[in-house]
Amino acid sequence: MTNAWTDIKNTDLVIVMGGNAAEAHPCGFKWVTEAKATRGAKLIVVDPRYTRTASVSDYYAPIRPGSDIAFLMGVIRWCIENDKVQWEYVRNFTNAALLVKDGFGWSDGLFSGYDEEKRDYDKADWDYQIGDDGYAKLDMTLQDPRCVWNLLKAHVDVYTPEFVENVCGTPKDRYLQICEMIGECSAPDRVMTSMYALGWTQHSKGAQNIRGMAMLQLILGNIGMRGGGMNALRGHSNIQGLTDLGLMSNLIPGYLNIPTEREPDWQTYMSTREFKPLRPGQTSYWQNYSKFMVSFMKAMWGDAATAENDWAYHYLPKLDVPTYDVLRMFELMKQGQVNLYFCQGFNPLMAFPNRAKLTEALSKLKLLVVMDPLETETAHFWENHGQYNDVDSASIQTEVLELPTTCFAEDEGALVNSGRWLQWHWPGGSPPGEAKNDTWIMANLFQKLRKLYQDEGGVFPEPILNLSWNYADPLDPKPEELAKEMNGRALRDIEDPANPGTTLVAAGKQVKNFTQLQDDGSTMCGCWIFSGCWNEDGNNMARRDNSDPGDAGMFLNWSYSWPVNRRILYNRASADMQGKPWDPDRKLIEWTGEKWEGYDVPDIGVTSKPGEVMPFIMNQEGTSRLFTRGMMRDGPFPTHMEPFESPIANVLNPKMRGNPVSRVFVDDAEQFATSEEFPFVATSYRLTEHFHYWTKHNKVNASLQPEFFVEISQELAAEKGITGGSRVRVWGKRGQVWAKAVVTKRIKPMQCDGKTVHVVGIPLHWGFMGAAKKGWGPNSLTPFVGDANVETPEFKAFLVNIEPAAEEPVA
Amino acid sequence: MSDTAPQPTTAAANPPVQPLESNLLPSDVVRISATPDVPQPTRQLTKVAKLIDVSKCIGCKACQSACVEWNDTHPEIGENIGSYENPHDLTPDMFTLMRFSEWENPATNELEWLIRKDGCMHCEDPGCLKACPAPGAIVQYSNGIVDFIHDNCIGCGYCVTGCPFDIPRISKVDHKSYKCTLCSDRVAVGQGPACAKACPTKAITFGTKDDMTALANERVEDLKSRGYENAGIYDPEGVGGTHVFYVLHHADKPSIYSNLAENPRISPIVEGWKGVTKTAGMAAMGVAAAGAVLMGLFTRNKVEPEEEEAAERLVQDREGI
Amino acid sequence: MHKPLYSDPADHIESTDPVRVSRYRGITRLNHWVTALSLIVLALSGLAFFSPHLYFLTGLFGSGQIARWLHPIIGVVLFFSFLLLFLQMWRLNLPKPEDTTWVSRIGDVATGHEERLPEMGKYNAGQKFIFWAMSVLIVVLIVSGIMMWQQYFAGLVSIPVRRVATLVHALAAVAIILVFILHVFAAFWVRGTLRAMTRGDVTGGWAWRHHRKWLREVAGRSSKGPAE
Repeated sequence: MTNAWTDIKNTDLVIVMGGNAAEAHPCGFKWVTEAKATRGAKLIVVDPRYTRTASVSDYYAPIRPGSDIAFLMGVIRWCIENDKVQWEYVRNFTNAALLVKDGFGWSDGLFSGYDEEKRDYDKADWDYQIGDDGYAKLDMTLQDPRCVWNLLKAHVDVYTPEFVENVCGTPKDRYLQICEMIGECSAPDRVMTSMYALGWTQHSKGAQNIRGMAMLQLILGNIGMRGGGMNALRGHSNIQGLTDLGLMSNLIPGYLNIPTEREPDWQTYMSTREFKPLRPGQTSYWQNYSKFMVSFMKAMWGDAATAENDWAYHYLPKLDVPTYDVLRMFELMKQGQVNLYFCQGFNPLMAFPNRAKLTEALSKLKLLVVMDPLETETAHFWENHGQYNDVDSASIQTEVLELPTTCFAEDEGALVNSGRWLQWHWPGGSPPGEAKNDTWIMANLFQKLRKLYQDEGGVFPEPILNLSWNYADPLDPKPEELAKEMNGRALRDIEDPANPGTTLVAAGKQVKNFTQLQDDGSTMCGCWIFSGCWNEDGNNMARRDNSDPGDAGMFLNWSYSWPVNRRILYNRASADMQGKPWDPDRKLIEWTGEKWEGYDVPDIGVTSKPGEVMPFIMNQEGTSRLFTRGMMRDGPFPTHMEPFESPIANVLNPKMRGNPVSRVFVDDAEQFATSEEFPFVATSYRLTEHFHYWTKHNKVNASLQPEFFVEISQELAAEKGITGGSRVRVWGKRGQVWAKAVVTKRIKPMQCDGKTVHVVGIPLHWGFMGAAKKGWGPNSLTPFVGDANVETPEFKAFLVNIEPAAEEPVA
Repeated sequence: MSDTAPQPTTAAANPPVQPLESNLLPSDVVRISATPDVPQPTRQLTKVAKLIDVSKCIGCKACQSACVEWNDTHPEIGENIGSYENPHDLTPDMFTLMRFSEWENPATNELEWLIRKDGCMHCEDPGCLKACPAPGAIVQYSNGIVDFIHDNCIGCGYCVTGCPFDIPRISKVDHKSYKCTLCSDRVAVGQGPACAKACPTKAITFGTKDDMTALANERVEDLKSRGYENAGIYDPEGVGGTHVFYVLHHADKPSIYSNLAENPRISPIVEGWKGVTKTAGMAAMGVAAAGAVLMGLFTRNKVEPEEEEAAERLVQDREGI
Repeated sequence: MHKPLYSDPADHIESTDPVRVSRYRGITRLNHWVTALSLIVLALSGLAFFSPHLYFLTGLFGSGQIARWLHPIIGVVLFFSFLLLFLQMWRLNLPKPEDTTWVSRIGDVATGHEERLPEMGKYNAGQKFIFWAMSVLIVVLIVSGIMMWQQYFAGLVSIPVRRVATLVHALAAVAIILVFILHVFAAFWVRGTLRAMTRGDVTGGWAWRHHRKWLREVAGRSSKGPAE
């Protein structure tokens, strides 16, 4: 989230699209009801299904799964056409005025530079025109045909209301009503917030869905505003923290990069990360990259990381492929190239696409280690559970070890919520049986491994032998020790640059926050963005002061928010070019004439003058990006792409299938279905009663939603002769499931490109382990393909067929 | 442990965290089932209420699970019968239930998914208490809570007959009647009901009846401003008002909310049964018994000796023929 | 041979001096007392639920829970027990022309002027009334009782129907208790009656006074030997 959960109470309009906040995030959704009850805020829901969020909405519109980009580009087109633009914001705080190279263009659904063989773009021309002074050229009048604004206008021109209705299946009147409601938020004193989740990410173009809304929010001037922002609702209580700490295989903590093979040495690695400002006088915060990276290397290898050995850069692995994401790992596993798989705290057999492939892959492992508080399906993938897991156990030679771990309620530490708050928590109970903390298990494993390396040597033992491991009990690092390590400390006295001769941080003391980190090896820090969480003031994550000056919803003394306790990112953009809040009632920070102050921690140098330094200091140009240069693989603007399995062809280019640059493995490509065979669009989702595949183990949750079902419209039910509560078979190209049918008015057939499109809703939550009735997950049916940029699997739009089934045979 | 719990204020207020003595005493009872002439308490507790704002409810069932957890019940793991309602009805192990109905508003043509939390309404004039034959099995406190005292319950099911909202459920295990207690054990120590605490959207709030009514009126105003012309409060007069009451978007049509009673009142049949039938019946039986005794004491119908002889003659005549 | 009109084939003259007429076989008497006992248990437990003033009666059964459990079970016992009685007695309880006269002279009945009444068969109109009232009320009670039998038939009928059943059950119960009082009263008031259900026979005088037609038929049959 750019903003905080608590800030949603400040909004005028909530749009829930690409998510189902009430259902999947009921606790956070309280802030929506708060905004509605206290400010008269309105709620719009755009979703293929009339969800529980829709049940409390002011306006609902249906949309065909996987067509969100067309909708969003259409809204942008409508806003431009109807002058619903926050012009001062757009001109100054976005890159609307910057000029783009002449080689960039778009036609037939594709951007310039497409190479069909490589399934990739040559992105050289997707960039600004750079002047002789080394800065990006711009035209503040927005007249130049090559300025981003004019390119955007041209780009969205095709997305007329008729186009949107035809592609999305959203009735035109409903779509236009939503445009009107959104358009009102272009006024400086009206703000919309976007709440989204996996309804946008789990597509082969998920990142572009989010880009689309982010661009709309910029055009409305809602980024950095109280009650505005792009708010990703994270799916687990600590998935934000996991992402921050390097969930992605190509990242290390704090969104620093794992080097690639093309970066064999430190100098090469750093050369592409200087991020020189593209405008005069602009702050480009990533210029501090080396401070964060060196401090990280010192945290990892301590004294073994020195200036002389480039901070032990050679210890870091170098990626030979862009990422070793889960899809690639299971593909490699299936090819027999993986021997040992450590599965810590997740349940891939249910969580990744194409379960048949997953079972095949797991069956080729020599050893599978599962660390989990629950007996997961993954740990029991080899066990025959009749139709629910119909495997030949005797033919599976994989050895499986289950290491029981504690659950969140039994251990201490911080969880990072969607709003980036690191909230410390304490154990609420003792772990059962032999369950151990994950850290205990990892520490014990590590010590044994290190002993083996010590005793027996190895190919490259140094990174293991020299790993920094300064814990009171090396076999059981404590949460406090780990948190302090992430915060970072001075390794020797650091001089205060403002007062030469005085010490800023004494050796051994915790740094205040990442602004004190150094690139000369004098500081260490495990995760720079978390720095400040446990400094010499103590454990800031454990703070529980809910005072809220100005009723601003910032709660600065409650827990700790990264970065530097800031609650709203880009909050400098909440004030105009003179530093005055766009809306005095929504003041976050303002320029006093000397410095920035207000209710939130300013997201800009406190003395950086308005008009000199633009608000988006993490970008070289200081502005936000309507045009995202070459940073995304599938285009600088979002363009409509169909899902890989779609009921209709891409109207922009019927030859295009899915995302033209998504990575597709050969075997998986052959398993993509066509709408001739599988006429119905399926989409997967969560239900409030359950959390993923965990709570089916809990009898209370299991009683509230006991059995796997699928949802279909009354029209499809009538067509197929299916009655509510009866059993149905749903099958796709990759598998089949049996479920109870919920026949509902909340799903309606849509008309898209001359076809009637029926949606089959397939909730997750059931498997063959636990207290609830046995069932399946949607992943038995879903395609093995991910987003072109981040490889999030396409769970939200795929094709199936459905028919009535006989009642379950009595076992 | 010496302070007594405060009277409830509003659910938004933070409840006390220190241990407190119960402030809901046996002497606060104003009505007791099958017990005429209950001595009236010396103090009047503030009337409490739980407000269920259906327009804020997202149907998450947190209230249901909180209820199960707090009351330590064990609902069975059933099956799906084509709906989100699970269990499919209130049970002795599920005192509250989210009921879902899909309603197409004929005025707007918009689909509305109406989700109502069902459970005991804690009537000011409780039909269950009126019907109950077991002294002390159902009590009403002066704060309005209607509570079942299970030690005194005989499991006859008369409360089911008496309730205008179809709430009590009799356990097949211990044959006692169960329903929402409005968490009388929590309220007694200054806490709100478990469901209100668990509700993420403040669709369920708890406090004094006056505060809740004021809040409900605010909510009705908000709903009217959003085009729900018939938004209103459901606090039915037929049962003297209730201590669990609703804000409805369509207060003119309660039945669209999964058959919420249109004009609930204690059934005239139950009134007749517990009223005139009982009085007149007792009188009739008493009079009959007394009359029989009196008549038996003062008169008799006795066989005379000549009748014995007549019989003998008859028999002998016949024998002789 | 023809069917007896006013007596049971088993009724017979036991002795002639003094005259003793057998009125009920042992099995019938047992049947009657099982029924009677059931009715008393039902009345006591039922009254406990009928009025809070009588709730103490549950103490007779141990507790309210036990009384609640027992009452309907005994109700079933009563129903079948009475059914057996009914099968034995219904024919002789069918109305006869003389019943009208008997009823029209109810004042004479109450004052014991039986000489002014017509001769009656085994049962007079009053007894027939008790028999038929019991029969009807027991059916009403068992049907309405099952509708409100929480333990086994909770969902059998809708709650509105159950309310009606409850009211009907209460009314029928009051009525059957009134009938029961009448029955017991009559048994005591009319001296010499009780022994019919204890020893099984009545005196000739009793039979002459109250059921002369019955006596005539039994006596007449005795002379010709047992009925075939």
